[in-house]
Formats: sequence, C-alpha cells, structure tokens
Amino acid sequence: MATDAIIEVSEGKLIEGINNLFGELLKKGLVDALLIPHELPSGANVVQTLITSPEKIKSINPLAPVLPINSARIVSAMTKVASSAKKIGVVLRPCELRALIELVKLKQASLENLVLIGMDCFGTYSVCDYGKFAKEGPSPTQRFLDNAKSGKDDPLLREACQICEYSVPINADLTIGLIGMDLNKGFLLHAATKEGERILEGLGVKAGSIQGRQEAIDKLVAQRIKRRDEVFARTIEQTHGLDKLLPVFAPCINCHNCRDACPICYCKECFFDSPTFELEADKYLGRASKRGALRMPTDTLFFHLTRLNHMGVSCVGCGLCQEACPNDVPVFDIFRLVGSRLQKVFDYVPGRSLEEELPLTTFKANELEEVGH
Amino acid sequence: MDSEFEPSIVGFFCNWCTSTAADLAGTTRLEYPPNIRPIRVMCSGMVDPVYILRALLEGADAVILGGCEPGDCHYVSGNYKARRRMTALKTVLDTLGLENDRVWVRWIGASEAPKFARTMNEITAEIKKKGPSPLKECWST
Repeated sequence: MATDAIIEVSEGKLIEGINNLFGELLKKGLVDALLIPHELPSGANVVQTLITSPEKIKSINPLAPVLPINSARIVSAMTKVASSAKKIGVVLRPCELRALIELVKLKQASLENLVLIGMDCFGTYSVCDYGKFAKEGPSPTQRFLDNAKSGKDDPLLREACQICEYSVPINADLTIGLIGMDLNKGFLLHAATKEGERILEGLGVKAGSIQGRQEAIDKLVAQRIKRRDEVFARTIEQTHGLDKLLPVFAPCINCHNCRDACPICYCKECFFDSPTFELEADKYLGRASKRGALRMPTDTLFFHLTRLNHMGVSCVGCGLCQEACPNDVPVFDIFRLVGSRLQKVFDYVPGRSLEEELPLTTFKANELEEVGH
Repeated sequence: MDSEFEPSIVGFFCNWCTSTAADLAGTTRLEYPPNIRPIRVMCSGMVDPVYILRALLEGADAVILGGCEPGDCHYVSGNYKARRRMTALKTVLDTLGLENDRVWVRWIGASEAPKFARTMNEITAEIKKKGPSPLKECWST
C-alpha cells in the first residue's frame, strides 16, 4: 500500500493544487467535513472554518502563514462533550497537532472519527503583520511561498516560529509535505496511519517518492535549533535572578490573556479565578501591612510561576501567549526556556506520543533520588 | 550573617509519617527549633506547587515538604508524585535563577522522631547561614 504520493501541480499553482485536494476529500466523501483555515472576505485574516459543502472550498487557504489561535482549542471544544459519528478532517499545523495530543491526554479532546491532516509549517506571521501585508501586497501567502522556495526564514515570522524545530507534523494521519519539495511542481502526501492510507487510496493518487526531503528537513531543524539556543541564552541573560525577573514582569497587568491563549491551560476554573483570591479589604490590608505595601492587582509573579509549574511540561511552544500579551512581557521566551528544561528533566516531548504518560501524573520508583532523602 | 536572623520555615508534613514523627519527637522531648511552622497535610502528594510558591512569595525563608519514605506512602504513590512535582518546581525556580535550595524535600517515617528533629535543626541552621529570602521584603511581585 502506498504511503507516499506526489501531487503534481502546474507551474505556480500550489495553492490551487492543495485546495483542489481538499475539495476532492469532501466530494469523494472521504471526510464528511473539514476544519480548515479559510480566508475571510476582507483578506485581512485567515481563520479555522468548519466546512461541510465542497462549494465553500474555493476560498480556503491552509497555507496562509498566520495562526490566530491554536486550533487544538477548537478541536477540544468540538469533541470534548461528544465526538461526531461523522468523519471530520482537521487541518492543523504541527504545534496545533502536538497541543491536541496533550489535550487528549488531559482528557479535554477526543480523536474519535477525526482524520488528522498535518501541514508542514515554515512559520507564521502575527495576525497584525498578516493583515498589514495583505493590505500592502503581495499577499502574505505569496510572500511566505517565495521565502519557502528560497530556503530562507523570513525575519518577520513570529519569534516562536523562528525557533521552532517541529516543522513537520507528528501524529498526523495524513501529512501535506512542503519541505524539500519543488513547490512550483507539487507537494507530497504522506500517509502515516491506516486512516491516512484509506484516504490516499480513496483519492486514487499514484504512489511516488521523493529524494532529498529528509535532508531539507534536517537542515531546517538544525537552523531552527541554533536560533532557539541563541534565544535561550539571551533569555537567561535577561531574566536570570530575582533582580532581573522583577523588571521583566513589571509591565504585567494580570490580564491573564497569556493563559487564555494557551492551548494547554484548559482548567474550567483556574486557581487564579477562584475564591482564594476574593478577599475582604482587611485581608488585603493585612497582606499590605506585612511589608508596608502590596502591589495591586496582587500575585503577578505568583501567577506566572504557577502556570509554569502547571503546564510547562506540556508547552508546545506555539507562542500564542506572546501574541496575547498587551504589554510585551517576554512570556514566550520564558515559557519556552523553562518548558524545554522541564521536558528534558522528564525526557518528555509534548505531543510526541499518545502512549507516553504526562510526566506529572506518573512516576518511577527509582528516580530523582537527589530531590528528597 | 546576622546572628539574630531567625528564619521562618514553613513545613508541609504528611499526616501519616512526617507529622506523626513530629508528634513523636515532641512526646519523646527531642528538641527542634521554633522556626518551623508545621502544616499538616493528608499526603505529600496533595501539595501543589502553588502552596510552596505562595509561602515563598509571602516571605517564608524556606519551605520543607515531609512525606513517607518512598514505597511507604499511605496512599501507595502520593510521595512519588510529590517527588516529580517538586522536581518540576525546583527546575522552574532554578531556570529563572530563583533559589531552589530554599525548597527541601525529606522523607521521614512515622517512627523517625530523631531524623525529624535532626532535619529541622539542619534546615534551620542552613537557612540561618544562607540569610533571609530576597522575596521577604519584596512588595512588588
């Protein structure tokens, strides 16, 4: 059974080729619906859309380099109460797919009857930049394709994307491969599961294989890791120690937007929204009088440290916390750095495998003996 | 360091082992410093890092978590999970350059009153040497 197929497109018609493929999925009934990025009529943004009619495929744009929210949240919202008996193809970027796997492990989403379609990802622009480029022209998708073809990373990509080493989806049934492909001529369709093979078969595409994809992936990953480590070094330099950390969090206004944008922070009632923090005035005064003053609203650093403890091991590095911060607190830099340390300690990669247990819900009898004795 | 510095140390002790050891230390008249503020919890595995962070941010000079010896947890595996959680907490603090040696984890069984007293003396002496937590006077966190 074929697991790889090359879908050829006529010169410069990659977008049409990809959109055509998704149209076929719906027309042939290989999926009943698609959750897929769709261009808004204004052109200023591209958002996930649930599509049931092949008619509506015309203006999808899964290549658009923008990530308004992490779609793992959408899939969670759609499947948490009950999954559908119909097949839904969900088109996700690698960071969205990884977050979804984490949410499944946290029992916040179900993969039942989903077809996970992963897209190779070169990175995304901020929503603001995307809108700006769309207005100025050429289209951000074209701009992104030109950069992808030249093999150079666009310095205007979000920082999270510039240092992301997960450009290729993990755990997708079907992957749309772009890296290492001649994008003027076509793209790769790779089936990693039985479900993916079923779709390849249903599409009736010819088996094929490509040369040089792995090398191109390795090259991109190496480049990203190098940049990631530079960002880590810079972050340590700028945030290490209480004297540096306090100024870093000084602009925080406790809006908790970073938490709300985070695909991993799922708690229905966050500890920081709980009655623990609903205090009578005298309690505030009590806290203030201990040191003579109390920063209001209270518990800024406490919030971030707690969030690091609660979700750091599962941080997929999508960077949407950063996009959500109104005051440019470098939350992404800090969370990505701390997350990577935590993940190293527990030898855990968020989104790598459904079978791997969440590090904080399991243990080994013989480990970490240096922590307590 | 200032010899008059008396640290405040918050202790979260599990009901079944370390708290019992504390009681035994008392009834057998073993001495340990009054700097320890014990809080009895049902299991070390129920101590979310928020408790420890809160104590530190509110000015505790150190926090010690006491549980049953690994393998002896009254709830089978609470202390193993506590160990992972505390590892995560210490990793977070260390990465940000906050002093993770102000967080101690010790396994003290119900009958180990001498170990309890010794450990409390040890942490008090260490933290006295280390000095007050920089978070103590910090109102702007």
